Amino acid sequence: MILDIRGMKMQFGGLVAVNDFNLSLEHGELVGLIGPNGAGKTTVFNVITGVYAPTEGAITLEGRDITGMRPDLVTRLGIARTFQNIRLFSRMSVMENILVSLHWRLKSGVFDALTQNGKYRAEEASMQSRAMDLLARVNLDGVADSPAGSLPYGSQRRLEICRALATEPKLLLLDEPAAGMNPAESIELMKFIGRIREEFGLTILLIEHQMRVVMGISERIVVLDHGVIISRGTPREVSRDPRVIEAYLGVEKHA
Amino acid sequence: MQLSMFFQHLANAISLGSLYSLVAIGYTMVYGILRLINFAHGDLLMLAAYIVYYGRGMFHLPWVPSILLAILLTAAIGIIVERSAYRPLRDSPRTTILISAIGVSFLVENLGLVLFGGRPQPFPLPVFFDSGSAQEIGGVRIENVTFAIPVVTLVLLYVLLHIVHRTKTGMAMRAVAKDFDTARLMGIDVNRIVATTFAIGSALAAVGGIMWGMKFPQINPLMGMMPGMKCFIAAVFGGIGNIQGAVIGGFILGVAEIMIVAFLPSISGYRDAFAFVILIGTLLLRPTGLIGEKVAEKV
Repeated sequence: MILDIRGMKMQFGGLVAVNDFNLSLEHGELVGLIGPNGAGKTTVFNVITGVYAPTEGAITLEGRDITGMRPDLVTRLGIARTFQNIRLFSRMSVMENILVSLHWRLKSGVFDALTQNGKYRAEEASMQSRAMDLLARVNLDGVADSPAGSLPYGSQRRLEICRALATEPKLLLLDEPAAGMNPAESIELMKFIGRIREEFGLTILLIEHQMRVVMGISERIVVLDHGVIISRGTPREVSRDPRVIEAYLGVEKHA
Repeated sequence: MQLSMFFQHLANAISLGSLYSLVAIGYTMVYGILRLINFAHGDLLMLAAYIVYYGRGMFHLPWVPSILLAILLTAAIGIIVERSAYRPLRDSPRTTILISAIGVSFLVENLGLVLFGGRPQPFPLPVFFDSGSAQEIGGVRIENVTFAIPVVTLVLLYVLLHIVHRTKTGMAMRAVAKDFDTARLMGIDVNRIVATTFAIGSALAAVGGIMWGMKFPQINPLMGMMPGMKCFIAAVFGGIGNIQGAVIGGFILGVAEIMIVAFLPSISGYRDAFAFVILIGTLLLRPTGLIGEKVAEKV
């Protein structure tokens, strides 16, 4: 088991965004977290990555308690994420966006950089080649020097995933990666996610608004509505669950 | 006006302008990262000047160690101010942290009055910068200190731009300035980056304060107020959050101030008011400053 969330509750003032949330992920799994708008999906991500400290409950990563830990430390322990609305450092180059994620591994400091000593140059060279290698694996090596903000939408999505991969995560959280894409692009992206999962040996938790996008690649699906898990199981089971259909389509009223 | 006279003024203008630039950079860097006007920034100038004053006068340190000590101590004070007065309020509304900054400024000024006394003190000058020592170039007499200030500023500016654009720490600073939360989620220790930013800005203010003392060799605990205000204005005028903007803004402000006094001696009494006219004009006509960009409010 890589991630374990027990009895998590997130309350903002009087608003309970997520309540009694339990989820555990096994190594190498791809789990879909779906639900209507405002169900609390992104809140779950924010709690896992340390952006919010949960009101109640505990989160463990590989047996280690990470509840309420600072986001940069959570990242260093091996959880990376992307965002629903792309949040690249848009004025930096594609290359720099990746280098930022590699930054915290460096040993040399400002002093080494100013004196341009051997230690600095060796580290710098290895970082550059590592970043280039990562970019090549997502087919973005050709645009390494372009500003990130100038890339087409689909490439920005891939760059954001690549930036998350640069932190060397064990667990990758993807927040609606297919948002704003047409069905063909979505299918392409899901294939891409399946591929990086194999190549990097990742466990993935994937938020998606539309159910059919994740049906194909998720082993398990968890459905959230109004902050509460209303259904969980294989894609097949979930898609037939009347509670899920009700949450998405509303209740049919019989006269 | 004689040509030599004009060049004399020009030299002074460039010198004052680069002094303003140096201090304005500190305002703009902190604003870029925290969206905070650090009103205590100007008072760091004063602290650095007093550290040199005591280092020379009381402990009889040689020049180089006392200057280095002043820079290091001022950088450390900058970090302490951030840690104690700003970091605990980081999630509060921005007005709260702004008021905290004003509070720090008052605290430092009044602490200065208590510790150093209100009476102005003569700032010690190295022989090279003694008021008599000057160079004559084509009939224009330029004091060594007037000449040294732009040189020091250029060197520091080069080092700073190198740090910001060519080092990993600088890259992390730009990332934090663009998107605080995302930077954290990419493994950047933002507290360290914010502390580094304060250290660099404060060190530049320290150099500014020491050079200020050498150019106007009388120091008092409130000496940081007016330069602080003007450099803040320079940063806003240039486009706050933007280092190049702060440099250009500081430069224009310094040059304009000297030239107004030189060409219109009758209104020279208003030289300090001039900066505020620029501030009001900027806020009315072009709030983003000369080369500032429109910043969408963070969501």
